[in-house]
Amino acid sequence: MENDRIVFMQRNKTLIACIGCEIDHHTAKGLREQIDRQLFIKKPDTLVLDFGSVRFMDSSGLALIIGRAETARALSASVRLVGLSEPLMKLLALSGIEKIKNLTVEHN
Amino acid sequence: MKRIINEMKLRLPAVSINESVARSCISSFMAELDPTVEELCDMRCAVSEAVTNVIVHAYKNHPEGTPAFIYISARLYNEREITVEVSDNGCGIEDIERARAPMFTTGEPGERCGMGFLVMESFTDSLTVKSRVGKGTTVLMRKILGKGEGAPRDDGKRS
Repeated sequence: MENDRIVFMQRNKTLIACIGCEIDHHTAKGLREQIDRQLFIKKPDTLVLDFGSVRFMDSSGLALIIGRAETARALSASVRLVGLSEPLMKLLALSGIEKIKNLTVEHN
Repeated sequence: MKRIINEMKLRLPAVSINESVARSCISSFMAELDPTVEELCDMRCAVSEAVTNVIVHAYKNHPEGTPAFIYISARLYNEREITVEVSDNGCGIEDIERARAPMFTTGEPGERCGMGFLVMESFTDSLTVKSRVGKGTTVLMRKILGKGEGAPRDDGKRS
C-alpha cells in the first residue's frame, strides 16, 4: 500500500510538492525524507506545499511543516502552504505556525 | 437521565499503521451521534494524537518480544456525548504537567513538535491524564456534540 504519496513539480525556481495522503506519524517520515531530498537536489527559492488532497492531518503534520521551513531556511528558501481545508486551518491556528519568518499560509 | 447507548473496546498492537485504524474506528463508532464534519475531524485528530503518543513514547524502551498494545475504550451516551479512553502498559509519564505543556517533547527533534496534548485538549471538551511510571498511562477524552446548534437531542438518535 502506498501510504506516503507525494508528487513533485518544478516551475523555474519554485518546487511544488502535492501531498496525496493522510499526514500522521506513520506517513510523516516518508514525506519528510522525500521533500528534503527534493529540496537538496532542486535548491528552489520557494517550496510550495499543496495540501489540496490531504484528507487528514494531526500534529505530525505540524512538525513536518516546521521542519521543512527550517530546512528551507538553511537553503535560503521560503515555504508557502496552499490548499488547506477548514480542519487543517484549525490545526494550524493552534500551532502559531504563522509566526515562522520564511513561511506563508495562503487562505483559500 | 444519562445512559450509555453504545460501547466499543479495541486492542491494537502499538505500531504506526494502527494510527489510521484507530481513528477510522472512532469515525464509524461516533457516526450514530450524527456529528458535524468539524466534530468528526476534531475527534479523529484527538484520537490520532493519543494513539501516536502510545506508539512514540509509551513503548519506546519496551523489551522486544513482550506485547505492546494500545487499548481503546469508547462510549456513546444518549446526551450526544462520546468518551474515548486510550491506555497502555508502557513506561508512564513522570511529570504530566510538563508533558502537557505546548511545545514540550521528548521525541525526535524535527519529527515531533510537542503539540499532541494541546490538540487533544483543544479538540475535545475535557481531557484527563493518569499515569504511573513503569505501569502505563490512561488518557480520557470527552466530547459533547451539537454545541451551538440549538438544543441537544435527548434520545441520542438521528432526527
